[in-house]
Amino acid sequence: MLSPTILIPAILNGLLTGAVYALVALGLTLIYGVLHIINFAHGALLSAALFAAFFAYRLLGLDPYIAVFLLSPIFFAFGYALQRFIIGPASGGDDRNMLLITLGIAVVIENALLFAFRADTRTIDVPYAFKTIDFGFTFLAVPRVVGFVAVFLVALVLWLIMTFTDIGRAIRAVAKEKLGAELAGIDVAHVYAMTFGLGSACVAVAACLLIPNYYVNPSVGNSFVLIAFTIVVLGGMGSVPGALIGALLIGVVESLSGLFLGESLGQIGIFVIFIVVLLVRPSGLFGERV
Amino acid sequence: MLDQKFPISRRQFLGTTALTVAAAATSSMAMPSVLRAQGALVKLGVLHPVTGALSYSGQQGRLGATIAIEEINAAGGIRGLGKIDAVLGDAQSTPDGGTAEVEKMNSAGVACIVGGYASNICLATTQAAARYELPYVVDVGVADTIVTRGLKNTFRFGPGFGVIAKTALANLATINDQAGKPAKTVMIVHEDSLFGSGLAKLLNAQLPQHGFQILETIPHPTPTRDFNNVALKIKAQNPDLVIPANYYNEYVLLARTMQQQQVRPKGIYSVLGGAASSYKFVKEFPEAAKYIMDCNHWFDPRSEKAQALKKKVEGKDQFFTYEVYMNYSCVYLIADALQRAASADRAKLTAALETSTFSGHVMPYGPTKFVNGQNEGAAPVNTQVLDNDIKVILPPAFANAKPVFPMPA
Amino acid sequence: MKGLAPIAAAVAVLAAVPFVVHSNATLNFLIVTLMIALAGQGWNILGGYGGQYSFGHAAFFGTGAYVTAVLQVRYGVNAWLGFGAGIAAGAAFGGIIGALTFRSGLRGSYFALVTLAFAEVLRIIASVAPITGAGVGTLIKLDLGTQAFQFQSRALFYWVVLTLVGVSLVTTRLIERSRFGAWLIAVRENEDAAKALGVDVRSVKTAAMVISGAITAAAGCFYAQYFLFVDSGIAYGTWISIEALLTPIIGGVGTVFGPLLGALVVKSLGEGAKLVTGDVPGLDLIVYGAVLVLVIWFTPRGLIGGFTQVRKRLTRRATPAASSIQEGGHG
Repeated sequence: MLSPTILIPAILNGLLTGAVYALVALGLTLIYGVLHIINFAHGALLSAALFAAFFAYRLLGLDPYIAVFLLSPIFFAFGYALQRFIIGPASGGDDRNMLLITLGIAVVIENALLFAFRADTRTIDVPYAFKTIDFGFTFLAVPRVVGFVAVFLVALVLWLIMTFTDIGRAIRAVAKEKLGAELAGIDVAHVYAMTFGLGSACVAVAACLLIPNYYVNPSVGNSFVLIAFTIVVLGGMGSVPGALIGALLIGVVESLSGLFLGESLGQIGIFVIFIVVLLVRPSGLFGERV
Repeated sequence: MLDQKFPISRRQFLGTTALTVAAAATSSMAMPSVLRAQGALVKLGVLHPVTGALSYSGQQGRLGATIAIEEINAAGGIRGLGKIDAVLGDAQSTPDGGTAEVEKMNSAGVACIVGGYASNICLATTQAAARYELPYVVDVGVADTIVTRGLKNTFRFGPGFGVIAKTALANLATINDQAGKPAKTVMIVHEDSLFGSGLAKLLNAQLPQHGFQILETIPHPTPTRDFNNVALKIKAQNPDLVIPANYYNEYVLLARTMQQQQVRPKGIYSVLGGAASSYKFVKEFPEAAKYIMDCNHWFDPRSEKAQALKKKVEGKDQFFTYEVYMNYSCVYLIADALQRAASADRAKLTAALETSTFSGHVMPYGPTKFVNGQNEGAAPVNTQVLDNDIKVILPPAFANAKPVFPMPA
Repeated sequence: MKGLAPIAAAVAVLAAVPFVVHSNATLNFLIVTLMIALAGQGWNILGGYGGQYSFGHAAFFGTGAYVTAVLQVRYGVNAWLGFGAGIAAGAAFGGIIGALTFRSGLRGSYFALVTLAFAEVLRIIASVAPITGAGVGTLIKLDLGTQAFQFQSRALFYWVVLTLVGVSLVTTRLIERSRFGAWLIAVRENEDAAKALGVDVRSVKTAAMVISGAITAAAGCFYAQYFLFVDSGIAYGTWISIEALLTPIIGGVGTVFGPLLGALVVKSLGEGAKLVTGDVPGLDLIVYGAVLVLVIWFTPRGLIGGFTQVRKRLTRRATPAASSIQEGGHG
């Protein structure tokens, strides 16, 4: 069991799984870092995005890796509108209410999907779904390797946006000092909505990279939410590199604890690491000290 | 800002919501939703988890029950009693959701309830119905505790764990013996809730008695997002047989991962496999599904009624899953008892169910005989995915194909 | 004592319900609603008064439920004693989790998610540990009778849970009026200022978590006794963590009646939505979610906050406004 022939593939698999988590967590950490809310609707948005990727393939014949360029702008717009016209006004800027609003929205989205598409589990059958890369000691599935590479690209794009664009600067300003940014003439409601839009676009990217190797049903997103929250906090909220490294770390921890403790008990590894890290370093791995 | 601009509308909003909510709450208690049938006299509670985690199975179950009710009503209903009025309920995939629906159905005056689907929901709902001596027919719920608690109102037409595990083992031994005993080592992969871990426990106790060596038992939660570790473990130990017992989604991921990791045991023999005997799985993953065997609930392939039902369900663009025909059969079981009781009276109906010898259903069961609420005639069958179809391979009485084992390379 | 009269009145009115309403469906609905209100009241003490938002109150609910069930089933302990032990265990877990997290100075979202992680750890342990029945869960034997804390009559169960809610209301009121309550609110409003004034912030928060854990655990104990079955997903699932925070926030955080009012409204909303939408799966929950958003939109300070605001405005505008509103109300 401890032999390297199983240990090394398990670590590699953990990294690949971690990359998937990172894709989901990147969007969440943006929203979290700027709006300071725990977005309960993130999982439902992921389910919706997976459905979108599914139908893009089935109805339009779009490969998910191409559909990503169509879906991420759509989800950006959807996220923008959601924050600008519902979450923002409905919460009146109160964190606590924002949390419940996203909870309400999650219930609506999940059940709208159930209502529209029934509860069937659906999968797509792309030609490369079963393709693997042979490393000699292990096989890695092509869609997972693509996801791994893509997450770094997504993180890079996010970093570029945050560092070099006006909106990126505005987002960082609002995240750091909301009142000051407001006084400096920044339209906070717009910045919030842009952030939520970016976060939602990340979800669409995650969905397109996930669907070739996964399935979709109305509640599928929920299984990623807890873990994404964990990663966001572990990495330090709002930190893009934090989310990335946190996700890879969690992926490996999950894989190894699953290997040694069994898949059921192994899940505990994620949460124990999380608790221990926060008890020792209350602002997360890459967060600024509160 | 808002309150200054619209003081009245906001107050009105508050007032009206409070009122409607209160009114809705009270009236919904008194009148649960009912599919009104003309001249209906017998009310039947149809309870499934149609929202939440179990909603697919729940909706399939509801489909089966409503088809049966429509058929019975189209043929004039229950002789002497009239048509069946279906009182639909949503257990929301939780035991307390199910209990609330039982209470409402009882208030609505149903003669009997069918459904529940998941074991933990059935445990709660049968007990709630028992308070009113309201007959309850469990559609699936395989935990044996459901019928061993001594609840007089509870009946299960299908088989429980004990019987399923026993049949699965006996059939596995038969198949292995017929093939010249190619399989000696086994790995079990099961989901960790009531259904999977209950089965794994029974298999662990009984497999060695049949000469199999268990290399490892791997539990996993539902949902599990990734099966690569499991596939690696299987690959490392290289068992002759893999026995999965889990729900559809996990089964799909496991099968796909095993294919990606090029894990090729001599056979995959699942017990109550979520996808192994699912037309959907065979249609969507013909390669991964090939030659998979399963010991599961299944319809009688020789029954014309079953084939007609299959056509009807497929005509509605739905897959013919076990939830459908099990609920369909349970409704006919109840209709038969109602006819014999000649009354919707609960005590009389319970007595009629106790003495039921219902035949002419679509299941491959022996003669119906209830002992402490369990139908002793119920049994699972073995299926195998052959020629892009699902065939019954055991028992011989219902088989329409011969097992192919070990899997051809 | 001042402030207890409204509680007595509310409990008295609710206690009379079974004499008027004979439908067991309604009683069952109210029992579950009161159970959620109880869980929410536990959350309210820590979250509403102390400002510490927990996402993991399932940790206490589940502990109460499991302790009650396991003591009876595995050790033959009397159900009433098991109930008490369950509450004590909830308090103990509150103390342990509180001591650990507050020692590290965890606040805000970090605190929220750490509590959630604790609940998840407990859920995973419960799903594999033999003592809890692992994946199979624990089934309490059906044994109707007062000594087994199982009643044939729904009304008796209703009065039991109502008593628990009554006790929790009184406890909350007493805390509100006590020096401890003042400290707790001071911590919520400004932790650093409270510290500067000499309040032992850590002890105050931990004590609040102990009380909070005990009350929410009582709801869990009641769940086990009422449904007679517990498994890891029910006991430690996120559903109850969400219900426990949803009801006080909807009703009014940091108010005595907030959780009770919130639970009544949220649960009625669920039933009402079912009624208007019929049997189409999912449609009722779409309506439920949407109305939930609207309720928060229009009562940002919770329902009780909304009522007080309206009342204030009425009194401020005195006579002329009052008449026009009456016209509006009846017109």
